[in-house]
Amino acid sequence: MIEVKGLTKYYGPSRAIYDLEFQIESGQIAGFLGLNGAGKSTALKILAGYLLPTSGSVQVEGIDLLASPERLRSRIGFLPEQPPLYGEMTVRGFLAYLAKLRSYPSSRVAARVEEVAERTSLVAELDSVIATLSLGFRRRVGIAQAIVHDPALVILDEPISGLDPVQIVEMRHLIRQLGGDHTLLISSHILSEVEETCDSLILLRDGELVAQGSETELLQRFNSALSLRATIRGDVTTAHEALMALPIVTNVKAEDLPGGDATLNITLERDEPESVASALVGSGVALRRLEAGHNQLEGLFLEVTTGKGASS
Amino acid sequence: MTSILLIARRELGAHFKNLIGYVVIAALLLLDGLMFHAYALSDGKNLSSEVLREFFYYSSGMTGAAGILLSMRLLAEETREGTIVLLYTAPVTDWQIVVGKWLSAFLFVCVFVVLSLYLPLMIVVHGSVHPGHLAAGYLGLTLVAAATTAIGTFCSSITSHQLVAGILGAVLFLLLVTMWFTARIASPPLDDLLAYSAFFDKHFQPFTKGAIHTRAIVYYTSVTFLALLGARVVLGTRRWR
Repeated sequence: MIEVKGLTKYYGPSRAIYDLEFQIESGQIAGFLGLNGAGKSTALKILAGYLLPTSGSVQVEGIDLLASPERLRSRIGFLPEQPPLYGEMTVRGFLAYLAKLRSYPSSRVAARVEEVAERTSLVAELDSVIATLSLGFRRRVGIAQAIVHDPALVILDEPISGLDPVQIVEMRHLIRQLGGDHTLLISSHILSEVEETCDSLILLRDGELVAQGSETELLQRFNSALSLRATIRGDVTTAHEALMALPIVTNVKAEDLPGGDATLNITLERDEPESVASALVGSGVALRRLEAGHNQLEGLFLEVTTGKGASS
Repeated sequence: MTSILLIARRELGAHFKNLIGYVVIAALLLLDGLMFHAYALSDGKNLSSEVLREFFYYSSGMTGAAGILLSMRLLAEETREGTIVLLYTAPVTDWQIVVGKWLSAFLFVCVFVVLSLYLPLMIVVHGSVHPGHLAAGYLGLTLVAAATTAIGTFCSSITSHQLVAGILGAVLFLLLVTMWFTARIASPPLDDLLAYSAFFDKHFQPFTKGAIHTRAIVYYTSVTFLALLGARVVLGTRRWR
């Protein structure tokens, strides 16, 4: 478990983060969200052991940052936004060097490097010189270096930044895989990505924690409207009436689509898509698609981090 | 200790894969040879020991230059490239980082020192040289290499530009070299302190003549330690910034 208490950091007179307090359960993937300047990078650097806090404590599996900094650092893997790589080394040499430096048992380093390369799809590139690799592979090497010593906590700062769509899908899959073995803390500006990969969210504003919890919990806590989008074929008025009869539905907006279909944007009080589906099917229309409404997380993010709701 | 050796070995590998290192060593060896030919062998010096003394005198300057030039990138480049994060987030102390980095540059400068051996070997072939004189001179060069690479490491820790680090290192080195002159115009008791601080004057001269003075060893070891301590403090301070 990762436990952060009263974490505060000042750069001279200016306050970067103040009294941060949160916990992440082992094996969870937590998303770290906030606007630029919210203090995310400072918090991540402290958690990674790069910076020391002005006050407060960080504990990873019971190991305290200030009491045993070196021991704690051996339990953490960190990938900054720009992967830190020694371009002149081979992938194998680089990973083996870092595994040894981070106190991984020497006798098992070679096998661990192979295992991590397998996991990050780097086997074919193990003997390539890092400087010759593409951005996507470099980011993979960045992830590989963060997990090569089998840390308890892996911190990834903007892991998909600069990747193409295929690489993003691969990276998402990789991050999901890592979640089982490590606790992950991911900072990202791409909200849809956070939505896809994270089990819980930690939101910062002006250096302070404003919310922590799962997306659903936060949407409910902040009364952010849950929304669904249904694509139907049939009588729109009947469907509209059937939905409005449900106590959890607060609003329905219909929009005709070419070809006889219509889209219904449904605002809910609670996350109960099954009730919506039953009502639509019961009204006699053909339900062709039912999906989460767009911008839910975006709306929550804007509301919590700026105090303004989403415009859409 | 293992961490220091790991850092040093990786860094040494980087030195050997970096063209700048070879260029610096080749250029300084060329200059060393030219100095040897132009000064050590001139002015009608007939005794091998006199030629060897002159060789060590000029070679000490080249070793000092190599120490500064080959250490200026150590931490500055890591800071600039962002790879310093790998060391900062590893379970190693700031001392281990500094000593590992310094050790790599020191060993690389030692390559230069060893390669310069062909010049005194020529004196051995054509004249008569006492092995003790040769050993003392090379001990002196090694100590100069240790101290100047430590100064370079310190300068490299305070900036992210290796050129700035190199200039700072050269200025600091020259300040120490010219302390003997400053000591002459200073009043007591400052003059004694400045005279003791002079890098070559009293400390390196005995080595050129084949003598080993404990106080010279203490001096170069102290400069090395203080410079490395400075670098460690700079690294430690950055964690609080």
